[in-house]
Amino acid sequence: MTVLTAAARPARRRPRERWTPYLLLAPAGILLAVFLVYPIGSVVYYSLYKYNVTKPWDNGFVGLGNYAEMLRDDLFWQSLVFTGQWVVVEVSLQLVFGLALALVINESFIGRAISRALVFSPWAVSGVLTTTIWLLIYNPTTGFGRYLADAGVGEYGTSLLTEPGTAFWAAVLAELWRGVPFFAILILADLQSISGDLYEAAEVDGAGRFRRFWSITLPHLRNAIILSTLLRAVWEFNNVDLLYTLTGGGPGNSTMTLPLYVARKAVDAKEFGYGSALTMSAFVILAVCSVTYLWLARAGKETE
Amino acid sequence: MTRARQVPRWAIYLPLGVYLLFTLVPFYWILLFAFRKTGSTALVPWPLTFEHFDTVWNGAGFGVFFKNSVVIAVLTVILTTVIALAGGYALARFSFKGKGAIMVLMLCTQFVPGAMMLIPLFDIFRATQLINTLWSIVVADAVFHLPLSIILMAGFIKNIPVELEEASWVDGCGRFRGFRMTVLPLLRPGVVAISSFAFISSWNNFLFALMFLNSQDQFTIPVGLSYMLGEYSVDFGALAAGGVVAVVPVVLVFAYVQRFLVQGLSAGAVKG
Repeated sequence: MTVLTAAARPARRRPRERWTPYLLLAPAGILLAVFLVYPIGSVVYYSLYKYNVTKPWDNGFVGLGNYAEMLRDDLFWQSLVFTGQWVVVEVSLQLVFGLALALVINESFIGRAISRALVFSPWAVSGVLTTTIWLLIYNPTTGFGRYLADAGVGEYGTSLLTEPGTAFWAAVLAELWRGVPFFAILILADLQSISGDLYEAAEVDGAGRFRRFWSITLPHLRNAIILSTLLRAVWEFNNVDLLYTLTGGGPGNSTMTLPLYVARKAVDAKEFGYGSALTMSAFVILAVCSVTYLWLARAGKETE
Repeated sequence: MTRARQVPRWAIYLPLGVYLLFTLVPFYWILLFAFRKTGSTALVPWPLTFEHFDTVWNGAGFGVFFKNSVVIAVLTVILTTVIALAGGYALARFSFKGKGAIMVLMLCTQFVPGAMMLIPLFDIFRATQLINTLWSIVVADAVFHLPLSIILMAGFIKNIPVELEEASWVDGCGRFRGFRMTVLPLLRPGVVAISSFAFISSWNNFLFALMFLNSQDQFTIPVGLSYMLGEYSVDFGALAAGGVVAVVPVVLVFAYVQRFLVQGLSAGAVKG
């Protein structure tokens, strides 16, 4: 039966099906063109204008004026440096903990299914909700600090979020809480595709546990790690929900990422022209970093 | 698995236990405040109270926000899934000119920052009168999740043998009927996974809703929460109860799909 139909396949390609794939893709194509491609193009256009919906009398063409202003804007440079710091710290910590968690969950033990569901669950939690939860933890009247002070440890009235020195790490910890499951899920999926025979062969050859991890597991995970770190870095770069609500970029703009700066310019200040110029720079920087990262990853593979 | 490969039990349970604490204590903390009487400082929410849920649902308008979030999420899920089915089928079952370019373009869209779209989409929605309507969020959300949904859906469809469909054509079915009778029933895990992703990300979306909805009767739950967070004197019990209202739907969906998550991914849906 199968052989018969497979042999009959070429004859079944009717000429009127030539347009079918395009028709099927048309709804997606139209939506993406109108609401994604066109808007990206219009950002380039806006970035050349002074455009503030609340001050229409000031609007007009300024050429590269917005870009020149951006280069003189201290907050732009500061937010750029902080974005790099935020992405590198978050992605590397999430990768290390996610990998460790995936290795543990990949073993067989009692209670595995329920533990897996529980440790993965923060993945589904939104940035705003993460803020709500961690605000209750960090707040001086509702948080752990107050209960520790009650027990005689530390002092009352301190919030990790309002001290410039600790705000960064407080935000890092909250983002880590919901970010680690992403890596754990992707790496666990890849771990499960490693054949057990490889480990048994290595064991016969006398390879220890660490050696097996280093020579079998890690090389196998290589592509998954490259892909997941890249996706996550882009995501951590772009996503502003958590920082917008948790610190709002503060204290004193010390936790302001570039996309957060864009969002504040767009949502709060309605400075669409300048915001568009910032957006363009964010997009270009992200694209250059991503391509460089992929190129380095590939170069690393070829030298092996 | 051979005996010699067994990892010592403590090497599993110790790190797992520590990590479970890190995951679960924050959840416990929000439940504690949501169910504990105002003014109490006990570390267990006893006696239980539901007054904060009453405050937030009726007083702070979360009843309305919840309804808005549900409407947006359901419409986004339907729109994303239907369009992804059509597009994914085209990519999985046909070879045609420009297919490679379409795949690359769709992957590229994953790099577009959400914040980048705020300004131009605001203008488009204002021009089309969609601003401050739930449809603006549905369209913006769906567009953002379409590319990945289509690519994932194409992967799921590829995993279903084409011979099944061909057999149905021999029996006289057309493309659509053949698809509905043979592929769709087997595609259930894929459809569930993709529509759940769409549900979770739509339910959690914050930035678009914050920018495009400006009257309180249109707010979604994340926007409602963010306004509570920004209030001068926060009612922590009500805030926590609002958070619980926000998390229950996603946790239910997640509990249902989490086993598909790892299986689906290791089946190769996102590889290559």
